[in-house]
Amino acid sequence: MPVKVRIPTPLMKLTNNQAEISAEGETIADILNNLESQFAGIKERICEENGAPRRFINIYLNEEDIRFLEGEKTQIKDGDEISIIPAIAGGAR
Amino acid sequence: MGHINQNNLAPACPVIVDQSILKKIGNTPLIHLENISKRYPNVEIYAKAEWRNAGGSVKSRPALQMIEDGEASGKLTKDKIILDSTSGNTGIAYALIGKIKGYQVKLVMPANVIKERKGVMADFYGAEIVTSSPFEGSDGAIILAKEIYDKDPDKYFMPDQYNNDSNWRAHYLHTAEEIWKQTDGEITHFCAGIGTGGTIMGNTRKFRELNPKIQCYAVEPAEELHGLEGLKHMASSIVPGIYDESILDGKISVATEDAYDMLETLEKEEGILVGHSSAAAVIAAMELAGKIDKGVVVTIFPDSCDTTYINFNKFKEFYESQSPTALPKADN
Repeated sequence: MPVKVRIPTPLMKLTNNQAEISAEGETIADILNNLESQFAGIKERICEENGAPRRFINIYLNEEDIRFLEGEKTQIKDGDEISIIPAIAGGAR
Repeated sequence: MGHINQNNLAPACPVIVDQSILKKIGNTPLIHLENISKRYPNVEIYAKAEWRNAGGSVKSRPALQMIEDGEASGKLTKDKIILDSTSGNTGIAYALIGKIKGYQVKLVMPANVIKERKGVMADFYGAEIVTSSPFEGSDGAIILAKEIYDKDPDKYFMPDQYNNDSNWRAHYLHTAEEIWKQTDGEITHFCAGIGTGGTIMGNTRKFRELNPKIQCYAVEPAEELHGLEGLKHMASSIVPGIYDESILDGKISVATEDAYDMLETLEKEEGILVGHSSAAAVIAAMELAGKIDKGVVVTIFPDSCDTTYINFNKFKEFYESQSPTALPKADN
């Protein structure tokens, strides 16, 4: 089942300038792998080698930071929305 | 109304004749990073402790310069609201200066700036905060601030820190002169992070006059998506109008994770708690130090982590690992 993933502007050059991507999977990890299959190179911008989000990146499932759920193993369901946001406000647009 | 003749008094402590906190902007200490420097024989690394400015960061300097130049030009009058975009520190400075001078302040910042920063401004200094999209970083805030201004330009004074020459002039007039004096003119290399570019532009221009042999480098995040608050990755950003790369000797890129690790090194080796951009600056200073046989490398520490980052990263982890209801107990 596809869910909506919102992409931070600095990564939009990897997504053909799309701010929202449709991705499929059962968990956050699946979604990230699915994103990588659609847009090669995007996962390493978001995740450490072990698949966890990099320290300065927060991934939200709807309104909640996945670190306070089950991390990248967090299950997702139809209609969920995933947001990828830097933990601080850097420069790029 | 009587006039106190201070010559006839013998106060127990000195009489304060100028209480303005704004006098506490500038003339910051230059710290010798002694233990970091030991890695490089014959090279000394120094950092300007900019958190010692009133307002807590390097951005108090350009904020004060832009506001006072605005007053002098007649563009800033008491009926105007000071409006600008910021990723935090400039906003705190505007809010503080506005409070002291009696101006209303409206700040546009990305919704994902560290919450303590917004707290400092909103709670203590009474600035109005407008948040822009967290997906768009500080460039989203720049665009939103411009939109707000364009709708009602008579209502606002917009310093526009990215395009205002008073920004870099604050460093040209003061910071570089201070460094020159503090190093007895021995400085050989300078590096500073780029956000608006004001710090690197102003210092570089003055150093070119004082001693053209001083090499000046900008420090930027290695990637477009990064975690170094306040810094800009120029190739993927709206390039500030005041930033002119052609006057520099080069740029040094720093990875976010390396800067985060350097925070801990600085804490352990020098006992200094700084913000992420300071850690990135010292990585660049060390890179320069590693390439030379002898010299004095100076960088800028824009802020500390005492008020603005205490809830971020490892501090956040530490806090979350503590039980808030546990009664403190002695070991025996």
